[in-house]
Amino acid sequence: MSTKTKTVVGVVIAVFILFIAATYLRSANIPVLEPAGPIGQKEKRLIVEAVLLSLVVVIPVYVMLVGFAWRYREGNKKAKYSPELDGSRPLESIWWGVPIILITILAVIAWRSSHELDPFRSLSSTKPPLDIQVVALDWKWLFIYPQQDVASVNYFRMPVDRPINFQITSDAPMNSFWIPQLGGQIYAMSGMATQLHLEATKTGDYLGESANISGEGFADMHFTAAATSQPDFDAWVRGLKKSPNILGQTAYDRLARPGHDNLVAYYASAQAGLFDQIVNKYEAPVYFAPAEAGL
Amino acid sequence: MSLLGRLNLQAIQHGWVIAAGQLTLVGVMLLVLGYLTFTKRWKWLWREWLTTVDPKRIGVMYILFAGLMGLRGLTDAAMMRAQQAVSVGGNHGFLSPDHYQQIFTAHGTIMIFFLAMGLMFGLINLVVPLQIGSRDVAFPFLNATSFWLYAMGGMLLNLSLVIGGFAATGWLAYPPLSELAYSPGVGVDYWIWGLQVAGIGSLLSGINFMVTILRMRAPGMSLMKMPMFCWSVLGSLSLIIFAFPILTATLTMLALDRTLGMHFFTSYYGGNPMMYVNLIWAWGHPEVYILILPAFGVFSEVVATFSRKPLFGYKSMVWAIWGIVLLSFLVWLHHFFTMGAGADVNAFFGIMTMAIAVPTGVKIFNWLFTMYRGRVRFATPMLWFMGFVALFTVGGVAGVIMALPPADFQLHNSLFLVAHFHTMIVGGVVFGYLAGLTYWFPKFTGFKLNERLGRYAFYCWFFGFLLAFVPLYILGLMGATRRLDHYDPSLGWHQLFIVAGIGVAVICAGVGFQVLQLIVSIRQRKQNLDTTGDPWNGRTLEWSTASPPPAYNYAVIPNVENKDAFWAMKKLKTPLPETRYESITMPKNTIMPLVIASFAFALGFGMIWHMYWLSILGLLAIISCIVIRGSADEHEYVLSAAQVRQTEEALKERYV
Repeated sequence: MSTKTKTVVGVVIAVFILFIAATYLRSANIPVLEPAGPIGQKEKRLIVEAVLLSLVVVIPVYVMLVGFAWRYREGNKKAKYSPELDGSRPLESIWWGVPIILITILAVIAWRSSHELDPFRSLSSTKPPLDIQVVALDWKWLFIYPQQDVASVNYFRMPVDRPINFQITSDAPMNSFWIPQLGGQIYAMSGMATQLHLEATKTGDYLGESANISGEGFADMHFTAAATSQPDFDAWVRGLKKSPNILGQTAYDRLARPGHDNLVAYYASAQAGLFDQIVNKYEAPVYFAPAEAGL
Repeated sequence: MSLLGRLNLQAIQHGWVIAAGQLTLVGVMLLVLGYLTFTKRWKWLWREWLTTVDPKRIGVMYILFAGLMGLRGLTDAAMMRAQQAVSVGGNHGFLSPDHYQQIFTAHGTIMIFFLAMGLMFGLINLVVPLQIGSRDVAFPFLNATSFWLYAMGGMLLNLSLVIGGFAATGWLAYPPLSELAYSPGVGVDYWIWGLQVAGIGSLLSGINFMVTILRMRAPGMSLMKMPMFCWSVLGSLSLIIFAFPILTATLTMLALDRTLGMHFFTSYYGGNPMMYVNLIWAWGHPEVYILILPAFGVFSEVVATFSRKPLFGYKSMVWAIWGIVLLSFLVWLHHFFTMGAGADVNAFFGIMTMAIAVPTGVKIFNWLFTMYRGRVRFATPMLWFMGFVALFTVGGVAGVIMALPPADFQLHNSLFLVAHFHTMIVGGVVFGYLAGLTYWFPKFTGFKLNERLGRYAFYCWFFGFLLAFVPLYILGLMGATRRLDHYDPSLGWHQLFIVAGIGVAVICAGVGFQVLQLIVSIRQRKQNLDTTGDPWNGRTLEWSTASPPPAYNYAVIPNVENKDAFWAMKKLKTPLPETRYESITMPKNTIMPLVIASFAFALGFGMIWHMYWLSILGLLAIISCIVIRGSADEHEYVLSAAQVRQTEEALKERYV
């Protein structure tokens, strides 16, 4: 095949692949790029901005890579050859300088966005926030509603347009609490409570998952984060209240045992202060701490 | 306590997938042993390889061992993608979750510590002494010890395939998952001791080559006249010297937790897992620059040679290297922005991370301008360079995005992250070392690699990489996390996982071409002989001696006056100095490094299986070996001037 035919074939294949990819992406569901809440929205915008800024460097690199390779190929005797050229202060200043300017801009963005989107920072809203306490277990998620005094496993509901204050801990190895369509994740660690503030603006069932390996059942450690209207939420809570299950110490201990059936469960009530108890038990003085083997 | 600790027959029974691995491993070992006996090669093996202290031979052994480890790591990768291509919904694939988790842990550990580090030290051993015009490294005995420690660490880790099992915790074994409470078996102990043995080897090598570069350069070669590969290696070595002690200490603390019931990193009794995560990344982030800097060095040599021009912006390049070295210690926290350290801390580490893009970008522009007004020949090393720039730039953008803490909250631990670091490590480190291997291959074998098969291998690697990892970027944005042995069909991830699996198959084809390339090149070596010692029209000193070089590298130590020393000599047609041969002192072969490393292996094995008597014996034996070696006198022998003359004349008349 001549070089020309090869190039044509290559271009045709490339266009074909791009076409297939574009068709696929149009129909695909990409939560991070289709956020359903203000936090996810801002995080998406940040990603897009960073990509656009990077193009200032990326495009010249690609143009020069292909351009120089073609122009200065060995066979092209028309191109100028300067065997002694070994540097240029003005040119080098450009590629020290331009990236420094770009990174300075990005640094400002990084500083501002880190503070604005700090997961510990509560969201401002006209509506009162809803508290949800989250416990990562082997290999399931427990959600406790201290204000409503109900609890659920692997499924939770929240009203739309209301800020949610998550308090997150783990009674198992480290996990990471992530609902891609609503916004970024935060680690769930034993002996401490991390916080995450999210809000849903659209109703829907969103995928929630653990993003950090925590043992055998990790892959299926998923939950559903359902955003509904306030009345639907209230109805759900009333339904939970009728559940025969109560989350007392015994029920909790049974729940905390390792298992990966990934079932949904509901509790009409949870033992008062259960979340703090779970956090504090790791801080207990040595002589009260449970035996390591029998966690 | 029994003599065998916790070792019993159950340790070798794990079902058919592992049984196949075990049988392959044992089968290959029997084949090799049989071949050696059949062809009566034992004596040759002993004299030329097992007891050698010649950095050129040690370098070859590093590369061979790394290659084997790479095949294991690639098999792991292929199994992971095969599992993910089928394990959807009701189908749970052919690997149990525990086995799958062992495989990805092994994949990461092997690829970083035993493939990448092995190739790196291999190239450093082969090239650095020659490039600086030295006859040897500073401490040849220590160098051999480093290699054998590395190899024994690798063997220990691979032994877990046959006896026991491996860690199922991810390649950095975060506690509390890696603590006794959640991982009571031997897996994490194999991980700890395999790395501990190999890691000490790396630290010793770091010191050794640092001294070599600083103290043993040819007369006239000031630091600012040193080849860029040596500069890059020097940067990497300084990182090793500061970072590896952190790894050793961290692993020791985890081992104390697991073996003596201490509580550095446990959840209970005041242990702090977050401390571990900080410490392991305080080593782990410099580690990726330890790997990438020498690859940058390779590209600096390759681009200059194949463009037939000096490297553009030498001083900028040196500053860029040291900028990267410094910054690489200020960014470790970006691996866990999601731990909740607070906005100020996150922002600081995010900004430091972005700052690394500046010196890295400078290097890329300098390489591109090395091609500018050159005469660029696209031999395979140059193709790897083109592939590297194409991939590394994209990977770098992904890195800058993730350096923004809030963006990272959405990308952390997703397949986007996996795609990002594979773009950097495969596109940068692997492509770099493969370019280096192709480039310096004739120097150490005396013949070139087959170009056509090399090109096929490159195209398979490059397009296979795109197929395997572009889907992962998208999957990450779709919410797919890393380390999943199973997922639900409703998530819509299945097609992309299949495409990624096909990509891995294409990469495997690339590796197949490379194995074929090696075999074909050895068979047709007569057609591709490097008779001059300078097959590429090289610029640096290593091309001024014969291929392969004699044991002493240079009969007469060259005098260096310019940056591209050999290029200048060729251009100015410097008349060869009157050859006045002199006697050369060389280190004697010794089996002691292998013996020491074997005892380190025994020490580690004893710790893993709680056979403490074996560990204590191993430790005492190592100390005795060091004492014995230290008290002996005759470590060197002298090659007389006549012998040197004889060798040199034989080298010259080889191809006449």
